[in-house]
Amino acid sequence: MAALRRARRGAGSGLCRTLRALSGKKNEYDLLVIGGGSGGLACAKEAAQFGRKVAVLDYVDPSPQGTTWGLGGTCVNVGCIPKKLMHQAALLGSALKDAQHYGWNIAQPVHHTWSVMAQAVQNYVKSLNWGHRVQLQDKKVKYFNMKGSFSDPHTVRGLTKAGKETIVTADNIVIATGGRPKYPTHIAGALQYGITSDDLFWLKESPGKTLIVGASYVSLECAGFLTGIGLDTAVMMRSIPLRGFDQQMASLVTEHMESYGTKFLKRCFPTKVEKLESNRLQVTWKNTDLGTEETDSFDTVMWAVGRAPDTKTLNLETVGVKTNSETGKIIVDASEATSVPHIYAIGDITEGRPELTPTAIAAGKLLAQRLFGQSSELMDYDSVPTTVFTPLEYGCVGLSEEAAVQCHGSDNIEVFHAYYKPLEFTVAERDATQCYMKMVCLRGREQRILGLHFIGPNAGEVIQGFALGIKCGATYPQLMKTVGIHPTCAEEVTKLHITKRSGLDATVTGC
Amino acid sequence: MEMNGLAPVPDSYDYDLIVIGGGSGGLAAAKEAAKYEKKVMVLDFVKPTPQGSSWGLGGTCVNVGCIPKKLMHQAALLGQALQDSRKFGWQFTEEVKHNWMTMTESVQNYIGSLNWGYRVALRDNKVTYENAYGEFVGPHTIKATNKRGVEKLYTAERFLIATGERPRYLGIPGDKEYCISSDDLFSLPYCPGKTLVVGASYVALECAGFLAGLGLDVTVMVRSILLRGFDQDMANKIGEYMKEHGVNFIREFVPTKVEQLEEGTPGRLKVTAKSTTGDQIIEGEYNTVLLAIGRDPCTRKIGLDKVGVNINEKTGKIPVSDEEQTNVPYIYAVGDILQDKLELTPVAIQAGRLLVRRLYAGATTKCDYVNVPTTVFTPLEYGACGYSEETAVEKFGEENIEVYHSHFWPLEWTVPSRDNNKCYAKIICNIQDNERVIGFHVLGPNAGEVTQGFAAAIKCGMTKEQLDNTIGIHPVCAEVFTTLSVTKRSGESTLVSGC
Repeated sequence: MAALRRARRGAGSGLCRTLRALSGKKNEYDLLVIGGGSGGLACAKEAAQFGRKVAVLDYVDPSPQGTTWGLGGTCVNVGCIPKKLMHQAALLGSALKDAQHYGWNIAQPVHHTWSVMAQAVQNYVKSLNWGHRVQLQDKKVKYFNMKGSFSDPHTVRGLTKAGKETIVTADNIVIATGGRPKYPTHIAGALQYGITSDDLFWLKESPGKTLIVGASYVSLECAGFLTGIGLDTAVMMRSIPLRGFDQQMASLVTEHMESYGTKFLKRCFPTKVEKLESNRLQVTWKNTDLGTEETDSFDTVMWAVGRAPDTKTLNLETVGVKTNSETGKIIVDASEATSVPHIYAIGDITEGRPELTPTAIAAGKLLAQRLFGQSSELMDYDSVPTTVFTPLEYGCVGLSEEAAVQCHGSDNIEVFHAYYKPLEFTVAERDATQCYMKMVCLRGREQRILGLHFIGPNAGEVIQGFALGIKCGATYPQLMKTVGIHPTCAEEVTKLHITKRSGLDATVTGC
Repeated sequence: MEMNGLAPVPDSYDYDLIVIGGGSGGLAAAKEAAKYEKKVMVLDFVKPTPQGSSWGLGGTCVNVGCIPKKLMHQAALLGQALQDSRKFGWQFTEEVKHNWMTMTESVQNYIGSLNWGYRVALRDNKVTYENAYGEFVGPHTIKATNKRGVEKLYTAERFLIATGERPRYLGIPGDKEYCISSDDLFSLPYCPGKTLVVGASYVALECAGFLAGLGLDVTVMVRSILLRGFDQDMANKIGEYMKEHGVNFIREFVPTKVEQLEEGTPGRLKVTAKSTTGDQIIEGEYNTVLLAIGRDPCTRKIGLDKVGVNINEKTGKIPVSDEEQTNVPYIYAVGDILQDKLELTPVAIQAGRLLVRRLYAGATTKCDYVNVPTTVFTPLEYGACGYSEETAVEKFGEENIEVYHSHFWPLEWTVPSRDNNKCYAKIICNIQDNERVIGFHVLGPNAGEVTQGFAAAIKCGMTKEQLDNTIGIHPVCAEVFTTLSVTKRSGESTLVSGC
């Protein structure tokens, strides 16, 4: 009897394995998302809406300084959210100064305490981490706090902090692991003594006198709010600010920052970082304009020299997912598909895509809809609006002037521009020198709008609606037919009429 | 020049165009006409208020409207910012008080610079300006009377009436003697103190809003509904917010008399009011009573009967063609005095400019009064463009419109933990026309900045699909419109819980 049973069992399992091999083993999940950030979570939640079995792997490798965080990705933890909140803290500092002109009596000077702000921001971020976990639970998405790497095209090995391993299989896999700040490891002391944006938002104590190396929006935004809360801040740039953005606008942004109090070390690059006995950091750098070597000491040195995709430990070569050899980013087609069937990628990790939360979210949702919802709609990456949250904000959509000239030729474009003064600046006696906007249009009968650029308060709020207009193919005449809302800054967009070509004074004069 | 009653029209006129009223519409038209080398005159005169307030060139917007209103609104917003800033790490004295005089002086100084700027602009454009009260005395002829009573006659080929409006009084005992209006508020040389605002117009709510924001005890007395003519769903939310933020409301009452208890700056006034729904009488004591029950066009005493210009006898407004022409071919009108048009500065400016281009530059473009965006600068600002929900339902039928909506929480309010689920976004779509967006409504900070671009998009005929295809800017309030998915029809909750 026992022997028969044994034989049957043996035959049974053998049969089972053969059956599985014949039918193709059934994957545990319909969708596995590696990376619980903006794109990953949006994709996972959307797929779950279709009743699919979905799992998310999210894991944060601590920064070299030891900083780590919860579910939600870059945006929530070390990007958009804490950045905007600290930017707001800085703006409120200006508001305090303005308030006196408007009749509020506040004894000067006012002080800012880093730890009060940091704790408030960190608490809010933690509430978002919690909110995301609850959302996943509510939508029945399985969440693993594990670091994933590919074993085969449908299998991912997840590793917890403690080293425990879990194998997860899925019909479809979406890679959304984002990026992390780069360290200039060729500079002595960079890794050891410097921090990045990954650390800045989680500091418990004030960063004090800070040097930020880099010319990215990360660098300028951080330098901006640090200056605004009263810290001695310097930005070191090797060449141009905000590469890739309209350069006239980039100059106005940095000009404003200079008058706001941020120091700029232009055309300089650091050569070494050393620790002093006082625990301060001594930075040595080369000034390429003067050909000299200079040094200064700082409490904090922050690197903002770019971000690199987090693909190293994914084991992409094992499964054959192709990446761009220069950037390391994953190559995808218009449907976010990688070179391997059933493996997709979205968000900051993908080559040639904007590194923005809203595009990652939209791409993630659309992908889920195509995979599980019988949709065929592809993501449209055209005319994506964006805003740089420097002390004087810069919002834009469409082409920069340079790109438009390159694309169409300067004879075929018309640039309308204006210097304006926000009403709120008048009584506050604030300098509005860099408050400026320009609209780049195609010449000709239609005068289609190619790009809109705005520097001023609430730039994001101003640009959003116009971005929609541009998506609808807005033309200059249509914008001129739109009546302005008075008194706002945005209304000046509907009143643009001085062209660069005319050479006339573009300062808006009164009502 | 004598008029002999037989109304012969002089062959050559003093001016190509005389503009009566130096406000938003009038000045824009005058400056535009001067560009085409026309001989233009502007007559502007401000009859002092019952309290004696007066002001310079520029009209309502500059002196007693948009400009001082927004600046005082800003002062109130800064008061809120002060409170928020503590949560963001800023430290300063516990007690913060507001000084009315400091604010008012700054505001008046700025307005003075605008008045001056306008005078210079007119001079530079070679537009003749006279600070005189203009009224028609006969065909093509106007009498200008200055402050000292000196009269002059002028003739012109064409005239543009742009005299605007002034606040209405209640017609009850004590109203003109003791009450003030928006014409007085922005230059009041003393803090108004405990204030009763009578009315439910945007003027009433905006003023009540900033007065409360500056720390004053404010009550609003409303006869019936708030913001008549605006989307009532939004109007009620505005009222709720104001109530939660310390503004008292007395609903369904109208004042019957105002008496002075004590003279002073401010003094003490006793207001008696009667219920509109029963016999109840109430009394209240205030330092200041601000009347904001409506505005009346300045058209009854400018001699329109002498030249035969028709006005609506009941409202005083002037009906015009879609080319801003009155029933008298050589007389035009723009701005607040027009019948069935919006009382907004940018509309007046646009209408004035386009009119002049049609008259003198051979243009044909008419002012587009459709889908004009607007913003109410109450403590929680409200921006709108297109149909209100009620008018959309009325015009298209409830089954044919889809309303998408959502609450949102500005990121800047999270740290100070205030006002979650107060901000609100709503769009109204025409189902039968590709879900074209026919109404846009937003309640939240910087509502004007948010609304402007969407107004341009509505002009381009945006549909819900195009809205959904637009990527949001993160993190800002306006992005909520790119991810609207819950419809009113579904009854689903729109309360937010986080990122």
